[in-house]
Amino acid sequence: MKELMLGNEAIARGAYEAGVTVATAYPGTPSTEITETISRYEEIYCEWAPNEKVALEVAAGAAVGGARAICAMKHVGLNVAADPLFTLSYTGINGGLVIVVADDPGMHSSQNEQDSRYYALAAKLPMLEPADAQECRDYILAAFALSEEFDTPVLVRLSTRVAHTRGVVETGERQAVPLRDYLKDIGKYVMMPAMARKRHEVVEERMARLVEAVNTGAYLPAGVRLNRVEAGDGKTAVISSGIAYQYAREVFGEVSYLKLGMVHPLPEKLLAGFTRDREKVYVIEEGGAFFETQIKALGIKVTGKEVLPATGELLPGLLREKIFGHSAGDNVEETKAGTGEAEVAIPPRPPVLCPGCPHRGVFYVLKKLGLTVMGDIGCYTLGALPPTGALDTCVCMGASIGMLHGMEKARGPEFAKKAVAVIGDSTFIHSGITGLVDLVYNKGHGTVIILDNNTTGMTGHQHHPGTGFDLRGEPTNRLDLVQVAKAVGVRRVQVIDPFALAELEKAVKEEVAAEEPSVIIARRPCVLLDRGKTRDLVRVDEEKCTFCRRCLAVGCPAVVVKRAPGEKKGRIVIDETLCTGCMLCVQLCPFGAIERVER
Amino acid sequence: MVAQENVYNIILAGVGGQGILFAARVLGTAALKKGFDVKVSEVHGMAQRGGSVVSYVRFGRQVFAPVVEKGCCDLLVAFEELEGLRWVDHLRAGGRVILNRQRIDPMPVISGKAEYPEEIPEIIRLQAGSGELVDLNALAIAEECGSLRTVNTVLLGLAARFLPVEEEVWLEALAEVAPARMLEMNRQAFLRGYRYPAPASQW
Ligand SMILES: Cc1ncc(C[n+]2csc(CCOP(=O)(O)OP(=O)(O)O)c2C)c(N)n1
Repeated sequence: MKELMLGNEAIARGAYEAGVTVATAYPGTPSTEITETISRYEEIYCEWAPNEKVALEVAAGAAVGGARAICAMKHVGLNVAADPLFTLSYTGINGGLVIVVADDPGMHSSQNEQDSRYYALAAKLPMLEPADAQECRDYILAAFALSEEFDTPVLVRLSTRVAHTRGVVETGERQAVPLRDYLKDIGKYVMMPAMARKRHEVVEERMARLVEAVNTGAYLPAGVRLNRVEAGDGKTAVISSGIAYQYAREVFGEVSYLKLGMVHPLPEKLLAGFTRDREKVYVIEEGGAFFETQIKALGIKVTGKEVLPATGELLPGLLREKIFGHSAGDNVEETKAGTGEAEVAIPPRPPVLCPGCPHRGVFYVLKKLGLTVMGDIGCYTLGALPPTGALDTCVCMGASIGMLHGMEKARGPEFAKKAVAVIGDSTFIHSGITGLVDLVYNKGHGTVIILDNNTTGMTGHQHHPGTGFDLRGEPTNRLDLVQVAKAVGVRRVQVIDPFALAELEKAVKEEVAAEEPSVIIARRPCVLLDRGKTRDLVRVDEEKCTFCRRCLAVGCPAVVVKRAPGEKKGRIVIDETLCTGCMLCVQLCPFGAIERVER
Repeated sequence: MVAQENVYNIILAGVGGQGILFAARVLGTAALKKGFDVKVSEVHGMAQRGGSVVSYVRFGRQVFAPVVEKGCCDLLVAFEELEGLRWVDHLRAGGRVILNRQRIDPMPVISGKAEYPEEIPEIIRLQAGSGELVDLNALAIAEECGSLRTVNTVLLGLAARFLPVEEEVWLEALAEVAPARMLEMNRQAFLRGYRYPAPASQW
């Protein structure tokens, strides 16, 4: 049957058809829908793990235990999971193990745009890269076949444009894959130096065999050719993979292509044959010069990054301009000729904290107190933008606490009285707990504010160990953050409603002043989960409002400045379609001009 | 040089929460039913927190890239005025713009830091050059259909009549994508858009 599927849904479909029985992940854009889709296949056990390292270890255990297992994450998640990844390359698997890693060129929703292909090179693992939704499904089947044939985990790399593009997918039936026997084998699974040295030899030999066999072998699913030559005019040749291949097809038209479905290891003989007697060979890749460096090392002359950028997305328009020096549009000049684009200032539309977001009050208070705020990753990172502008740092999940502690060690204990770390509940459980252990163990004095909105908000509201529900929404043990903080050795723990600004401010002042570690749990569910509850509204009394604009300090989209044309002073109005009745602005108004009204 | 001949390029532009992904899915599903190759690109994650949202829908005999290049867009469906202005430079000569006369202020405008441009329809009309602009108040129509949330389906309906897909096929696609309990309302909204008195298709 033909269906329109998201790349990520097609990955899930591939896993289903491949007979996978265990799927693990930690959410992260653009990979999240893989596991959410898998959770709709009842035959597959699936879970959100607290972080990617644990997710990969669970999947590895399942694979060694004889099942086919899949583990999905975003690119930076693979940094977290890198430790098991490198050594799983040595142990190999039993049942097939496939790790899907979704890169985010252009950083649509990420803190960096690292190129995961280098992990395949460094960990000596095969990596496949699909270019559309159909290939997402096909390559997962191929990846499991390769994994079991060559006794290795297999990486599958996606990029945002593949993961989040719907395309036409021809699906098939689920294969019945029996659980393999598990046999204890310490030479293979216990990586002490003596065993690991032998396994490293196995890895090198495996990679050599694999590259020869990539397109042969009955183990590959019918009709799937991973590395594919498309003959064209013969003179110009393009080597590419994944989404970059689609862009190249669009821009170069009918030239010859070598489309690499397996991006590591590279098929040296095929490359040599394909590039022989060409006038010009282009390597078109997004991200690093991954192919280019290796192909040049083979002594083949190619053009790549000297004309293409190493940063951002390689979109077709950009590619066309870099290669051919012009754009595709026949209308571009004409549109510019109109009123002239440059003359109309188009205000940007940055993402903002939602109206009623429980994080908003915390940032208001932190800014008011003038604290240095070591930040973390989640919706609350938006607190860095004006008008709250309260964050000083955002590096990676969990970094806030360690960095707060490090700042204190550099600048002295007095600094801890002017600084805090803020971290979301999902992020705290992901990798903040160990930071807190360190802070207490090494006698820091820092204050950590856990923004407990009872969900993983940023990635679309996934459960986590602190919500008390699992991936499928079934009740389970609820991790108690207060108990965790106490068990770590924090004696000062307060739980505060972040909508109660005065209390929150008092708590922050007390805890930063305390000469010992402290934790404030700012607890209130994400407003998007709370939707549907009818709450009161607020309204501005124009008589009382002096337009002092203090209410704008929280940056709420429902608190609006209205100005008649030419008027200097404006008016404050509440957009009732957006207001959720959180009452933050009411608490900010010194004139009592914003009033609660019953809905 | 046009990017790819015989491929129809649509851009849906608006603000998070306006239902763009739903409209894009229906477009893609209908094109698939007609036997076209289709690609629909979506935006997830960060961009949804009240930010600009864009979705590209491309269909034809064979589609490679999932994005529409500047100057190649056949049909721009702007769910919001400012977002229409932001994307009008992607239109091809003779391309068409459907503009929902709705204004949603972005944060810099709300906080008084930036001005929302005046007379956007006129600017778009000028910038679109030989193209054609159809503007409508889809929100008012959606309200008449029973829910402001069907604004996306009204716009979809209007877009649909400029595309080489028959009415029955659209309704089938709508039925496939819309949740059952919302279907009747969505059908109405779609048909209101589909029959909106605007220049006839030139397809
Ligand atoms: C290693 C890693 N994995 C996943 C992500 C994607 N991601 C960004 S923030 C976040 C969690 C956000 O949840 P929480 O900390 O509860 O904050 P909220 O968004 O709910 O405010 C995730 C999963 C990431 N950036 N890095």
